[in-house]
Amino acid sequence: MNRTRYLATGLFLVAALLMQGCGKEEPPKPAPKAEVPPPPAPTVVKIGSAAPITGPQAHIGVDIRNGTQLAVDDINAAGLTIDGKKIKLELVAEDDEANPTKATTVAQKLVDSKVVAVVGHFNSGASIPASKIYSDAGIPQISPSSTNPKYTQQGFKTTFRVVANDDQQGPVGAKFALQKLKPKTIAVIDDSTAYGQGIADTFEATAKAGGAKIVAREHTTDKDTDFKAILTKIKGRKPELVFFGGIDPQAGPIARQMAELGIKAKFMGGDGIQTQNFIKLAGNAAEGAMASMPGLPKDQMPGGAKFLEKFKARFNAEVELYAPMGYDAVFVFVEAMKRANSTDPAKFLPEIGKTDYKGVIGPIAFDDKGDLRNGPITIYVVKDGKWDTLEVVTPGGPPAAVPAEPAKAAEPVKK
Amino acid sequence: MDIFLQQIINGLVLGSIYALVALGYTMVYGILGLINFAHGDIVMVGALTALSVIAGLAGGAVPAPLILALALFAAILVCVALGVSIERVAYRPLRRAPRLAPLITAIGVSILIQYTAALIWSKQYIALPEIIHPTQFTLAGASFTDLQLFIFLLACGVMAGLLWFLKHTRLGKAMRASEQSPDVAGLMGIDVNRVIAFTFLLGSALGAVAGLMVVLYYGIGHYFMGYMLGLKAFTAAVLGGIGKVNGAVLGGLLLGLIESLASGYIGDLTGGVLGSNYRDIFAFLVLVVVLVFRPSGLIGERAADRA
Repeated sequence: MNRTRYLATGLFLVAALLMQGCGKEEPPKPAPKAEVPPPPAPTVVKIGSAAPITGPQAHIGVDIRNGTQLAVDDINAAGLTIDGKKIKLELVAEDDEANPTKATTVAQKLVDSKVVAVVGHFNSGASIPASKIYSDAGIPQISPSSTNPKYTQQGFKTTFRVVANDDQQGPVGAKFALQKLKPKTIAVIDDSTAYGQGIADTFEATAKAGGAKIVAREHTTDKDTDFKAILTKIKGRKPELVFFGGIDPQAGPIARQMAELGIKAKFMGGDGIQTQNFIKLAGNAAEGAMASMPGLPKDQMPGGAKFLEKFKARFNAEVELYAPMGYDAVFVFVEAMKRANSTDPAKFLPEIGKTDYKGVIGPIAFDDKGDLRNGPITIYVVKDGKWDTLEVVTPGGPPAAVPAEPAKAAEPVKK
Repeated sequence: MDIFLQQIINGLVLGSIYALVALGYTMVYGILGLINFAHGDIVMVGALTALSVIAGLAGGAVPAPLILALALFAAILVCVALGVSIERVAYRPLRRAPRLAPLITAIGVSILIQYTAALIWSKQYIALPEIIHPTQFTLAGASFTDLQLFIFLLACGVMAGLLWFLKHTRLGKAMRASEQSPDVAGLMGIDVNRVIAFTFLLGSALGAVAGLMVVLYYGIGHYFMGYMLGLKAFTAAVLGGIGKVNGAVLGGLLLGLIESLASGYIGDLTGGVLGSNYRDIFAFLVLVVVLVFRPSGLIGERAADRA
């Protein structure tokens, strides 16, 4: 009898739990826009999108996917005609789970479903292995966010990005820190991923060259939650600044645990921590944290205000990070198709390199490797629980604006 | 020296959390000889339930201690229901099956709970609203909070309570009898099914407590958090001698200390070749060495025929 009672209560509670859950699931995926098909059936051209849609970094991946979706919708609404044929773009969105292995599977899937171009991936660790597959298939790839220098240095003709890379971002962050904070001692932590280690390496190299002493170089992983041990070690070395190369699920707890251990050092990171999520996870400890972020501040982007409004109206969400980059990437593809007068990747790929486009994020042009020319980098600081713009730096733009040492800094990542 | 002391404190607190989770593993193993791989996920469900309650009530008129009590109550309720249901549905029908079968169901249940939790709480990290403000103390240059002290004392207290319970209460004696021989215990008038269900009830309630502690200590929760935590706690239980209540706590504390000291000093000891991200190697190396010399763990008795 007791048994049955246990069972009944148990099942009831589980059921109640499940039902309650249904109410507050993840934000609903954007419903496919109901379009009235125009009388002559347009040719469908598929554009791929690859980003982490699930997992700890899902908020950033969904942001990118929504940005590309918005671009596709806008282009379709305006109508696109190439080589006399009406074209309808279709977005094929895939989830790479921020996982390098999954990224190659997803890349192959996109290639097999005959996309003509890919916006993605988010993580450098995913973009790099996937780029080989796109390159072999001759499909152009624009990453909205991968900042590891290696991505465009593999000799592939198909790799582009619309953000400044870590050869630029790391040194800019380090230069800024040295000029403004004048720390004599710095501790550097990374999350052992291509992105985290890459930006931490370039930061460390520039900071060292600038005369600061690196008192500790620690590694964690992108799954950890307990950083007390490495932070205690760092505390013993008494740094004035702690730099973290990684993403917010680790950066938040690190900032929190630094405060708990009584570490007074300033906290700084790259674009991976410049999110609302970081502030939520770090709580009060987020105050005063700094981050460099490729691109202009959202509201200072030439097309920023209008884009933010449109994005909010469409998805009922604020732009997290890279939605504008994803949006522009689609337009870069379409502009190249128009110039080549073809939707064949083999035909319009050479045109991408010649891009000169005024996007939401500002002027977009690529150098011979596929890197964004003169990508601006913004330094942010957390003030009253919000990311505040501190300074905008344009590396390599007007010569000697920021005399970075990319050659030296890049050494550990090149090969 | 103060840094070394700080690492010891870090290790003891981390170890106490492992110990709280390990107790759940060890109790079930002691009676059923079953490794309940879903236990780590029960802890996760407890943690996320507590988080939801806290997030729902924080900032309102409810005082913080009451919120914590309600969170603990809700977590225990959900975890106990879950734990007892799992036992009834997934393990009891297989009790006479070969040993491999319940082990595989356990892994299946674990995955089922994880992804159900992902549906309910989403796959994102969830932050704890700041409702508690631990007071910081300093001891010889090392700092610790009252929360850390509480977690440590809780692990030791729960262990002592369990030892007493098993030794002196009727139900505790019934549990030990069922452990030695379920069949004979049944002949002696012990309702073995009830005893086992109670073991799961107790283990799951402990899991809920551990979950709340993890949430309070780290300030975040995540649907996958039970996996690694469960694995580490299981390791701790084996290290101490699985099936032994005091072994679980000893193993947990030891594992926490090893991890903490390894993260703190491994980089310097290896001249920077191995970073602190390799700390798990040391934890598992110690496990292998202990098992080679003492296959039943540090304070485990020689494995009986059943095991």
